[in-house]
Formats: sequence, structure tokens, C-alpha cells
Amino acid sequence: MKVVQKSLGSIDGVGLMLGTPAYTDDLADPSSLVLKVLRSPHAFAKILEIDTTKAEAITGVACVLTYKDFKRISYTRAGQGYPEPSPHDKFVLDKVVRYVGDEVAVVAAVDEKTAIEALGAIDVTYEVMTPVLDFEQAYEHPSIIHDEPEAHEMFPIGFEPKKNVAAAYHMEIGDVDKVLESCDVVIEDTYYTQAQAHAMMEPHTVNTRIDFQGRIVLYSSTQTPVHVRRIISQGLDIPISKIRVIKPRVGGGYGGKQCVHGELLAVACTLKTKKPCQLVYSRKEVFESTYTRHAMRLKIRLGADLSGHLKAIDCQVLSDTGAYGEHALTVFMIVGAKVLPLYNRVDAVRFGGQVVYTNHVSAGAFRGYGAIQGNFAIESAMDQLAKKLNIDPTVLREMNMIKPGETSPIFEKMGEGTEGTPMTIESCELAMCIKRGKELIGWDEKFHKVQTGKVRRGVGMAIAMQGSGIANIDMASATLKLNDDGFFNLLVGATDIGQGSDTVLAQIAAETLGITLDKVIVYSSDTDITPFDTGAYASSTTYVSGNAVIKAAVKMREAIDEARHLFADGASMTLSELSNKITYNEHQQQLMVTASYVGEQSPPPYMAGFAEVEVDTETGEVKVLNYVAVVDCGVAINPHLARTQVEGGLVQGIGMALYEDVHYSDKGQLTSNELMYYYIPTRQEIHQLNVELVKSYETTGPYGAKSVGEIGIDTPPAAIANAIAHATGARIHTLPMTSERVYQHLQGE
Amino acid sequence: MKIGLYVNDRFLEWEVRADEYLLESLRTHHFTSVKKGCDTTACGVCTVLQEGEPIASCGLLTFMAEGKHITTVEGIRDEAEKLAHFFGEEGADQCGFCNPGLALAVYALKMESQKKQQQPSLDEIKTYLIGNLCRCSGYVAQHKAILKYLEVQL
Repeated sequence: MKVVQKSLGSIDGVGLMLGTPAYTDDLADPSSLVLKVLRSPHAFAKILEIDTTKAEAITGVACVLTYKDFKRISYTRAGQGYPEPSPHDKFVLDKVVRYVGDEVAVVAAVDEKTAIEALGAIDVTYEVMTPVLDFEQAYEHPSIIHDEPEAHEMFPIGFEPKKNVAAAYHMEIGDVDKVLESCDVVIEDTYYTQAQAHAMMEPHTVNTRIDFQGRIVLYSSTQTPVHVRRIISQGLDIPISKIRVIKPRVGGGYGGKQCVHGELLAVACTLKTKKPCQLVYSRKEVFESTYTRHAMRLKIRLGADLSGHLKAIDCQVLSDTGAYGEHALTVFMIVGAKVLPLYNRVDAVRFGGQVVYTNHVSAGAFRGYGAIQGNFAIESAMDQLAKKLNIDPTVLREMNMIKPGETSPIFEKMGEGTEGTPMTIESCELAMCIKRGKELIGWDEKFHKVQTGKVRRGVGMAIAMQGSGIANIDMASATLKLNDDGFFNLLVGATDIGQGSDTVLAQIAAETLGITLDKVIVYSSDTDITPFDTGAYASSTTYVSGNAVIKAAVKMREAIDEARHLFADGASMTLSELSNKITYNEHQQQLMVTASYVGEQSPPPYMAGFAEVEVDTETGEVKVLNYVAVVDCGVAINPHLARTQVEGGLVQGIGMALYEDVHYSDKGQLTSNELMYYYIPTRQEIHQLNVELVKSYETTGPYGAKSVGEIGIDTPPAAIANAIAHATGARIHTLPMTSERVYQHLQGE
Repeated sequence: MKIGLYVNDRFLEWEVRADEYLLESLRTHHFTSVKKGCDTTACGVCTVLQEGEPIASCGLLTFMAEGKHITTVEGIRDEAEKLAHFFGEEGADQCGFCNPGLALAVYALKMESQKKQQQPSLDEIKTYLIGNLCRCSGYVAQHKAILKYLEVQL
């Protein structure tokens, strides 16, 4: 390999460090009107009256829009393939507000100060209704959050809005109750995970303008420009052909930008005023008015024999999707689909539950996408089982985990929109991941150490899997254009949101074409110019978009060979000479090829995560001294970038495990709504991270690659919980495991 | 009100509101390298140097910077580029949104270390940069790159 498997620096690394204008707000038209959104102070209310006359009269206010200015069209904000597996339950602006921070009206004004003044001048009369603030009380609660007749599912997802159910699912293979009865040991426990916030550094931002062809052009900080374009078309009833969405550099997403945010409001204001508009969310709005992870309750039952053979798994989940149902069913499905197959040889397995509406901030996509919640519950339960059986937790995993050449009935039964795709596992290095991880953390020595004293150390581990794209649903494509002087434009729909996909895809193209990286110029994610790609989610970019790039590059090689044959001395020409000739002189033609790819499989990356913690039993403080992650992501196209994806995921996982606490007031106001109150890990929380990528090869992947975008986040909550239990005997079931929680647990023991 | 200040050693005169913060003024006057990430001085992406010291520009009223010397990453271009190359070597380059503010803070640390004639330890680096959050990289690759940059420069 000349370019692939090389840790080359990102093509945009220098430019972004230098602060070159590249992000959405840097690219706003300088004459843009500033937009501000009036947001609901109530968790659940009807708007009885809304009067914008005073606001509109303020000098410098260009327009004020309310629900009265929009066609009543129900859509979903979720960035997913069409028809979406999320319920269509959102209007651009509605007469009902369903969470504190929900949109009530939008103002466009000459500057921010005027826009804020106008917000204060809008008179709203609310009829406050009783909000649903406890997701365990949401089912059949007298307050029905979505009783509008227009709300609907696109295909059956278990949508029962009158009962506050956004989605539901149930499946059973074998007879779980019967098998559990016959088991020597049964672990039964309940776990809770919180509505983690993405807290990406760049707030959600969009700006819009009408170009010289009368088309609406948007720059948006998004992970899914094509879905955004379609949703704007649906929600505002405009032809898709009138809309262009450009995704520039994005300052982080992790799933938090896999939904529409301010785009429809911004487009509506531009259409009304005929002027460019810009909408930049404040950090408070990012916390309160975008999306969170789905908070969940997971009831787990594991049954095994005395030797440690797992016989049955039962996983019942209640998921809180908040005020709107984006990603409700699919995140819920992944709790099972990307965890249960790890233990594929059980006699019986059952998974089911409901996703309920509440008047909380809307939950949506977030790295891991259900797998991290499921992992916390099941990998905690596995450790509890190991303890009961007096078996080493790593041995318990090794005895029961999936091996290459095997399959799981879950693959066929559960996908991301109910049905799945059968798959035989080709590459799976879990055994090596565990073996190597144990070496790196010093497991054998540390696991058997007996701790005393007020500061205790412990080790804990967990294994995980994820996916590589969504098989048979998501399509990616790539276009290659040969220029004079022998360099190429690589046009991809694939969405670089900071993970480095532009660079990785360019490496794949350069390798296939047999050229150096500097000869591939990447342009991505512009719905007018780049070919289709669903966007950056489901760990799909390297695997699905990468395969499309290889196909296009192979086509281009063939086209170049054909062009060479037109010339007597074609074989000896350099590419530069050939390209100049066919551009300007002889047999003139533009060589430009496009290829598409849809995955037939979603081969899982795997990892084993090992945490060494230090617990101060007098304060409950937990320090993660060392986190070892041994990852099978297939071949790493860019090893350093792959490693950093894992490291970034680990730190987000550590944040979810220990620090990122979510608080609501009793009136439903999110109070952990600034970075001062919501603690993402700082540099001082992170001590040692030790990531190794094992040697692995997936033949269906581009140059043997699978994926690495999400796998890194999945293990820390369970591994750390297991390490705390090892150190102190305290088994914590609720995330985050803050020092207060750990302390209270220790006091109760 | 009209105020005069130095940005990257150039004297500029701006018309600003009394309640305008330096972050807004800088971005309005095309210093788009200075990013807006939060409104509570918590994240550090708006970091600039005031008389060589890192400050959160979202927390400083512009009129209070009157007569001061402000540095944005455009003013330390060569140093930022050197740091960027180390980031590229270590795979620390991710979304880039925290990078300009971080580059300025790292540069300020370098200047301080040169004055003290002392190489900062990893712990000291972490403490100095604690106000520059990053959500993408997990910090470890950044620290490797920063140690390399400081080592070569001292």
C-alpha cells in the first residue's frame, strides 16, 4: 500500500488551524438578516393567542413568522433514508409547544440586538398543560403530547401517539422464560442511562440566500445535506430542485447534526424577506433546543449454567424520545441489534419495549446510537454473572462471544427499520482484542489484587460491536474528473464533519488510481454538485462511501486505458501528458466517471475496553487512571485518524460514564444547559488512553476496512462500572456514576 | 462609541456598542478565525491573546480592550502552521473548531516557557490549556503534538 494504511495529515488540518474561513457562520452573506427564535417557557402548552404587531413595528425588523405563516404539513426532522423510520410529528411552527425551548416564532432583523428586542415584543398567551416529565409515567399518561391528526408513521413502527408511544418493537427467538427457569444462575437487574448531550464545539448554524437563478442556497452545519434538502422541500412545500444545501467544514456532530435544526425557519425567512438570513444557535439553544441521546431504562435477565455458558438473554427497554420522535425506533432497535449478537450461541433471546414521548428535549441520534446504552446494561449484567459464578469476566466473555465464521439470528431479525440482513461474520478479532487488552492493562495481576484502604483501585472490562453502514438501505456514490495536468477532482456526497472522511476517501482514490494524495482534490457535500450520499451516520463513510470511491476509481482507470489506446504512443505518455492532449489537442474528451455502492452487509467492528480506576471511598470520586481499547476495525485506511476516532469516542464514553449529568427542574426546564453546568471531560480528567488497532481484514470492505466512527464510545460506561464494582463492591446501575452517586452507594453498602 | 485597539499589531478604529463583546467585534471585522462556541467563557474556542495572555473574547467587553494589543491566530501564522504540522503527524486534526483558540493558548505557553527557560510537563500543559475544550479528539493526540511543538521550539 502506498497511500492507504498511511497516517497522512488531514487535507484541511493546516487550513483550519490557521482559521481560514470554512465553517457555516464564516460563509454567511455579510448582509444577512440575523434570526432569533422565540422559544416556549413551558414544557407543554397551547398557544391561545400570538400577537406579533409590536415586534413587527420595531425599526430594523424585517419579518416575524408564527404558525399562522406556514402550511400545516407534518414531517420528521430526522436525517434518515426516505421513507423515514421516524414518525412524522413535527410542524415548522405549531399551536402547541411540547418542551421548554420549543419553537414559537422566528424574527429576522438587521442585527442581533434588534432581533432580541423583537422577541421580547411578541405577545403570547399560553394555556399551560400538565407536562409528562417522567418517562416511566409517560405510557397512557392523561397528557397526550401528540394528539394532532396529521401525525403519522411512514410504515408500521408501533406508533401509538394517543398512548404517548412513538415506536415499539418486540421479538423472541426460542422460549426465554422456559430456558431461564432451567438455568443454574439467573442475573436480573435494571439499569438507567441519561440523555447525554453532544456538546460539539460548533453550535448549530445555518444561513440562507436566494441566488441569481432564484434558487434557495443554504450553508448548514449538518451531517446529512441531502436529507436536509428533502425535508425543507417537504416541510415548506417547495420543489427539491429549487434548493441547494452546502455543508462546509463542520465543528463536530456525533449525531447531533443528523437532524434538521434551524434550516426551515431560515429558508422561510429568506423566502419572506427575499434577503439572506443567518441563524446561529446559542450554546443554551444547543442544549435545550436541538437533540440529546435517548435516556433509557433497561431491564436485563441473563441465564447461564454453572460453567458459565450463557443460555438466555432477556432485554426489555423503555426509551425516552422527548417531545418529538426523531430516531425513536432506530436507536431503540440498535440497543438489541448491535449488542445481542455478541452472545450469539444462547438458546433463547428476547428483546422488546417502547419508545415514549415526554415533554423533555427531543432525543435523536448520538454516536453509539443505542449500542452504548445496551452495552452498559448487558456488559454490567455479564460482570454480575461472572461474579456470581466466580469466573474471570474476560473468560466469561471468551466462552460466550461470537467468533469468525459464525452468525446470529439477530442479524436477520433486527435491523434499523425492523427487518435486518443475515450475515456470516467474516472478520472478528475479539479474541485477540481481549488477549491484548489484558496484557496492556495488566489484568491478571490487577484483577486478583485485594484492595483495602480508603483509596482503592479496580479493573473492569467490556466488549462491544457496532456496524459499518446500513445494509441494503443507504447508498453512496463518487465522481472522479480528470483535469489537464493529470490531477483529479474527487466529488463525494460523503460528509466530513471532522472525522477526516475527505482525507480518507482521497487516500482510497489515490491508492486505486496509483497516484499520490496531492493529485486528488476533494469536494464534498454540495447537493448541486456532488453525487448522492446519505451522510455521516451509522459508521458508513469509510465502508460504504469508500467502496463507491474504489468503484469510481476502477472505472476511471479503465477510461484512462481506453484513452491511451487512441494514441500510438499512448502507453508511454505520462498521465499529465495524456490529460493535456485529450483536453486541448486530440481525441478531445472529458474523462469523468461516477459509481455507486450499497452495502450488502454491515460488518461489525469490535473492541474490548479495559478500565483501571481509582475510587476515593471517602468522597466517591472516580479517576480513570488508564483506559485500554483494543479495536478490530478491519484495515485502518489512516491509522492515526482511526486511533483518534477511538480516543475521541472513549472520552465521550468516559463523560457519559462519570461526569455528564442531566438535570431538569420540576417544571421541565433543562437546567444543565450551559457548559458551566454540564461537565464534558476536560484535559485534566483524561490520564492514560491506550488504543491499539489489531490486524484484521474484511474482504467486503475497501482495502479490508470496516468502520471506526462509533465503536470507540460503547465500552466505557460498562467497563468503568465493572471496575468500580471490582474496586469497592459497589454496583452502580445509573449513569452518570458521579462522585455523589458512588458515595451514596458506598454509604448504603 | 469609537474605540482604537491593536489587532495583530495593526491599529484599528472601530465603532462599537457599549455592550458589545470583543468576540462579536472581531468576527464583524472579518477575524472569523475567532470562533463562537458558548456564551459563558467555558469552552475556549473564542480565545485570543491580550498583551500575550490568553483570554476568552466572549467575556471581554470591546471598549475594555481599548488601546490593548490583541492577537488572533492570523497574527501567529507561522507558529500556528508549525503546530498544525505536528497535529497532522499525530492524527490530532479533527473538526478543527477548537484549533485556532488552542493554537494561541499553546503559543502563549511557549512564550511563557521561553521566558522561564523551562519545558512544561504534561500536567502543566493540561492545566494551562484547561480552558480550551475539545470534544472530538479525546485530547491525547493533541498533547502528543503540543509536546513535540514545545520541545522543538524551546
